[in-house]
Amino acid sequence: MAKLNTRPNITAPDQFYAELIRTHEGLTDEESEALNARLILLLANHIGDAEVLTEALAAAREV
Amino acid sequence: MPDRTDRLYPYARHPDQDAASPRRHPVTVVGGGPVGLATALDLGLRGVPVLLLDDQEGVGEGSRAICFAKRTLEIADRYGAAAPMLDKGVVWNLGKVFHEDRKVFEFNLLPEDGHRFPAFINLQQFHVERFLVDRIRTAQAEGAPIDLRGGNRVTQIDRQPDHTTLTVTTPDGPCEIETDWLVACDGASSPIRRMMGLDFDGRVFQDNFLIADITMTADFPTERWFWFEPSHRAGASTLLHRQPDGVWRVDFQIGWDIDRTEELREENVRRRLTAMLGPDVGYDLVWTSVYTFQCRRMTRFRHDRVIFAGDSAHQVSPFGARGANSGIQDADNLGWKLAMVIREEAPDTLLDSYDEERRHAADENILNSTRSTDFITPKSRVSHTFRNAVLRLAGRYDFARPLVNSGRLSVPCTYDGLSLTGADDLPGGPARTRPGSACPDAPLGDGYLLDRLRDGFTLLTIDAGAPDTLADGITIRRLALSAADDPTGALAARYLGQAASAVYLIRPDQHVVYRAATYDDTAVRRALRRTTCREDT
Ligand SMILES: Cc1cc2nc3c(=O)[nH]c(=O)nc-3n(C[C@H](O)[C@H](O)[C@H](O)COP(=O)(O)OP(=O)(O)OC[C@H]3O[C@@H](n4cnc5c(N)ncnc54)[C@H](O)[C@@H]3O)c2cc1C
Repeated sequence: MAKLNTRPNITAPDQFYAELIRTHEGLTDEESEALNARLILLLANHIGDAEVLTEALAAAREV
Repeated sequence: MPDRTDRLYPYARHPDQDAASPRRHPVTVVGGGPVGLATALDLGLRGVPVLLLDDQEGVGEGSRAICFAKRTLEIADRYGAAAPMLDKGVVWNLGKVFHEDRKVFEFNLLPEDGHRFPAFINLQQFHVERFLVDRIRTAQAEGAPIDLRGGNRVTQIDRQPDHTTLTVTTPDGPCEIETDWLVACDGASSPIRRMMGLDFDGRVFQDNFLIADITMTADFPTERWFWFEPSHRAGASTLLHRQPDGVWRVDFQIGWDIDRTEELREENVRRRLTAMLGPDVGYDLVWTSVYTFQCRRMTRFRHDRVIFAGDSAHQVSPFGARGANSGIQDADNLGWKLAMVIREEAPDTLLDSYDEERRHAADENILNSTRSTDFITPKSRVSHTFRNAVLRLAGRYDFARPLVNSGRLSVPCTYDGLSLTGADDLPGGPARTRPGSACPDAPLGDGYLLDRLRDGFTLLTIDAGAPDTLADGITIRRLALSAADDPTGALAARYLGQAASAVYLIRPDQHVVYRAATYDDTAVRRALRRTTCREDT
């Protein structure tokens, strides 16, 4: 049984997306890459569940 | 193809031009685009004498709006102009999204049942304008005091405390006209806004779009196709959309540093089209143009006795079809308010609510179309990476599809928490009909709810008692409905929710003012006064 939720789950998708892009505003490509890494680690910690994280890593790589 | 430059309202000399001193008009609307035409109809059908001046003599040249939303059709229906639009328009529900030629996914707008009008129709703007002019003609014949003058260009304005003097240039030379109220519907480059030295700030998107309207013999389905980064490279993104008369709109995103004249040379346009359609598809060019897009608005839409509506007040990028559609909502919002002020049924502060509500709507439209534009034309490497990640994931996972943004199609704005919006006293009432929202349609036996919400204020009661009319400076008519009028259950779902009964106070533009479970005379009167700015009387 897959534990990773891939059904729509973000309450206001357009708002979230705009915020995500805005967070990168004014950064160089390297700075953006570093920000993304920090963001992934923060979200991963929030999720915590090892199975979900493993599935997410695989999904991101395989898609 | 119809002749787009039909002289629907040719210049004719008017006695005003020979008057010894300038004639005074209650309202003058400048600009015969969709918004000016709608404003003149709205006022004229309410019996307010309205003068409409346009510098052209017929519908606009060229190809602009093609997508008209349900709310526009509902408003046009209130004017008696929607039937020909619906007849002529193309209805579409299926959209397909491609990335690098792969289909990422398709969506069905799955329109909700129980509305007279579809979510959208595709129809060329010049057809819409022509139908509005046709309706002005029949309204005039029925006695509506609309005076439409072509070949009349406003070239100067002189604002006085109680009126504005216009200098109008005509083929017979200039003449002066006085007007109590001036509604400027003179488009995005509004000469009136410039004459008044008013700002119009916002964002220019550093991209050009090549628009080609073509006729094809090939049998393409009636769907909206959107390509991100197609391999034919004819555009960084490309949109294909069907219009009536066998015409297709193709919209290529072609970048910022381009040579306009070069791009518009037929062989160059054809190179892009053939790359996209393949060598075997025959087509004819109907119209081509290059546009840049901006999202901006005026700081204020009302300047005392001069009111701005449509593109003169706000401009959006076309993704989401919010330009003409929101301009028609401006007309819908302004008509009843200006009519009440002119009849002295309400103080002129009521017009400040036009400013407040429509600025709120413009901000919502600008926000949505800016987000779409940012998704379609990412401006940094990281946003490009995210955009393509969304597209890639959307091919496989449902969650990413709501993030794909090739335009969020225009829906009416809800005036949540604004000055005219009253209380929500209906526990369990549906969110979509809360005070401030535009009434959704619903079938009623042999007609539709919106047919019954015309002209004035309405007190809609569903299984609730109330007086049949209510006079409070102005008269409110009651529309008494019950479960028996609701064959499909749509009325209950849209207006009752968990409630057993409901009382709605509804504005002449079909927006909800206030609602409650049962009739409360004091509360209804309070809401009515608030929504007509007569709270102190
Ligand atoms: C490529 C493209 C695609 C679009 N697609 C859509 C779409 O699908 N859906 C949508 O809703 N919107 C769309 N739009 C936007 C839409 O075309 C505009 O929002 C709409 O035309 C605005 O109407 P308006 O009446 O405010 O102004 P306009 O249509 O610009 O009309 C202004 C009128 O004022 C007249 N005028 C100007 N100056 C004077 C003067 N001094 N005296 C007298 N008359 C004057 C002009 O001649 C004109 O008739 C699109 C726009 C473009 C460019």
